[in-house]
Amino acid sequence: MRKIVAAAALSAALLFSGGAYSQGDPGRVGIAISCGSVGIEFQVCSTGVEAWAKATGHRVQLVSTPNDSNERLALYQQLLAAKSGDIDVFQIDVVWPGILANHLIDLREFIDPKVLEQHFEAIVTNDVVDDRLVAMPWFTDAGLFYYRNDLLEKYGRPLPTTWQEMTKTARIIQEGERAAGSDRMWGFVFQGRAFEGLTVNALEWLDSFNAGTIVDEQGEITVNNSRAADALSLAASWVNDISPQGVINYSEEEGRGVFQSGNAVFMRNWPYAWPLLNAEDSPVRGKVAVAQLPKGGPDGKHTATLGGWQLAVSKYSKHPEVAADLVRYLTSLEEQKRRAVVGGFNPTIDALYKDQEVLAANPFFGDLYEVFVNAVARPSRVTGVRYNQVSAEFWNAVHATLSGQTDAKTSLADLERTLDRVSRGGRW
Amino acid sequence: MTTVYDAGRATTPAARGGAAPFRGSLLTRQRRRAAWLFLAPMIVVLSLVAGWPLLRTIYFSFTDATLYDLEYHEFIGLLNFYYLAIDPHWWRAVWNTVFFAVVSVSIETVLGMVIALTLNAHMPGRGLLRAAMLIPWAIPTVVSAQMWGWMYHDLYGVINEIFLFLGLIDQPRAWIADPDLSMYAVIAVDVWKTTPFMTLLILAALQLLPGEVYEAARVDGINPVKVFFKVTLPLIKPALMVAIIFRTLDALRIFDLMYVLTGNSRATASMSVYARQQLVDFQDVGYGSAASTFLFLIIAAFTVIYITVGKVNFDQGSK
Repeated sequence: MRKIVAAAALSAALLFSGGAYSQGDPGRVGIAISCGSVGIEFQVCSTGVEAWAKATGHRVQLVSTPNDSNERLALYQQLLAAKSGDIDVFQIDVVWPGILANHLIDLREFIDPKVLEQHFEAIVTNDVVDDRLVAMPWFTDAGLFYYRNDLLEKYGRPLPTTWQEMTKTARIIQEGERAAGSDRMWGFVFQGRAFEGLTVNALEWLDSFNAGTIVDEQGEITVNNSRAADALSLAASWVNDISPQGVINYSEEEGRGVFQSGNAVFMRNWPYAWPLLNAEDSPVRGKVAVAQLPKGGPDGKHTATLGGWQLAVSKYSKHPEVAADLVRYLTSLEEQKRRAVVGGFNPTIDALYKDQEVLAANPFFGDLYEVFVNAVARPSRVTGVRYNQVSAEFWNAVHATLSGQTDAKTSLADLERTLDRVSRGGRW
Repeated sequence: MTTVYDAGRATTPAARGGAAPFRGSLLTRQRRRAAWLFLAPMIVVLSLVAGWPLLRTIYFSFTDATLYDLEYHEFIGLLNFYYLAIDPHWWRAVWNTVFFAVVSVSIETVLGMVIALTLNAHMPGRGLLRAAMLIPWAIPTVVSAQMWGWMYHDLYGVINEIFLFLGLIDQPRAWIADPDLSMYAVIAVDVWKTTPFMTLLILAALQLLPGEVYEAARVDGINPVKVFFKVTLPLIKPALMVAIIFRTLDALRIFDLMYVLTGNSRATASMSVYARQQLVDFQDVGYGSAASTFLFLIIAAFTVIYITVGKVNFDQGSK
């Protein structure tokens, strides 16, 4: 039944997707790719795919998938578990290689090792599972700190470098603006809904307090420590003070809605928000700037969680070599450059961060290069197939603290016990 | 997940006890054969779309299958059910589901009754009202849930605007984010959506009531409240029971409403949401199937009760 539903959803997607058809001669094959689903992401991908189709004569179909990454993974897994060859090329999240590796081909024979060396090493390592290159880095992502520089100027406040300072500044500006008549003004919005995005946000808080990454490289569960409790307690204090209570049900777009309509001073979000905030019709156009996320106190560090997407080829594809060629093309330097200029997608290739055209389109790429290179990875490698469960337990524990049901210490102690059970005593 | 859903509906007339096996005339036997012939396609289709997935789900619930590789799985007996029984989150989900079912169905029944009685009175614009009422019922749940999600929004939501304007609240509330409110927010959407269904079933029963009874009651000067409890309610009870049981079965397997409004949040997660999360998000086909099987058993138990109680109601009327 699940397969039928998935198949039905997919057929519908195939029917209504704006497939790029070029009349190929016989011997040319059809490839289906799933990349992005809405807005600019879908458009930029479709332009790239069409260019490849024109050059090679193959036909390509774009399959629209759910925007929510949990939903997207669910659909992919149903297709792959059913050994369906309906989609040849998948766009996969940075935390999925361990989960999907079994269903993906090894791309090593199709990708020139020299090309591979151009990409960020950390991401390539992330995409290698059991010595097989199961995916190619396509674009990277890291958490950024968006702020209203016009408001900071108006109140004569410097850019906050610690979370504590951010809290103070946010409160001052929020109160000032409300007194001046903007009664919907809030200090800070982030992703607090019980979903993967909360894991990303909370890992940034933890890491900025030097509180580790939930599970360390050796599989040791490190999340239950006092620094992590401090970080979570601080975050919980934001809700209903400088953040609206609804923030604990916000994903990326809800928060951007608040910030872009001019109702928030600070926002944690991915780079994708930058072009949107500066679009023609954006109320905050030209009033926004971007920085690294604050540190967890003077002894803390600036950090950001590594996000980003890869392209992978399904084991069940009828034309794996053609699909791999499409992946090779889309992840190439030229195409990544085009995507960075047109859509603001962060390249995974070092050299492009020094490219004048890319920097002109995305001024902060240069300043924040360090953020992208040193982003902290979620513990998906060490936890492998169980990563989703670990992440869900973590975000639920954080969510319970944010919503004021349990205090940080209790949440973390409970989480440690649960993770111990999930991992069968740290053996993953 | 859907494997479990329509199991409750798959009660063929055959389950109601076939005709007594007596050797009738040739014509009767021919007719019976013809009846089976006509039923055959439906039975085949049902066993394919409902029976097979259900059996597969039950089978998986005794294994350690994962989505990572469905082929290789081992039989582990009742281990999944043991882990399910000791998981507090599962019991939380069970409680959420039961609470949701009881509260929402009760409110829907009372509201449906009130609206049906109103519509039953001869008033102008009745037809229009009846059609308009169906709109919430006609909108797919996913769509209406998303719509309500925006209406509930803590900063832009129209609900906060209205309540603030009326002075019911002094500051905007986060209806679906606040764990103390979110369950009630979900129930409110369900009430809005399914009250029309209740209303229509009750209205259909009301329209069939004989007018003479009411004439007699009016002549005797009995007060309307008494008439309702002594005459109307007993007469429509069978239809009301059917409506309540149908709604309860629906409510016990609720999924889309919670999932769209609050995601996997544990404050509102129903049994179906829990099962989906284990099955899909955590790739644990065995464990998720165990949760689905458990849910199926609950619904099956309910269905059995419905068939037995329903029979009593239909055949002998009320006591």
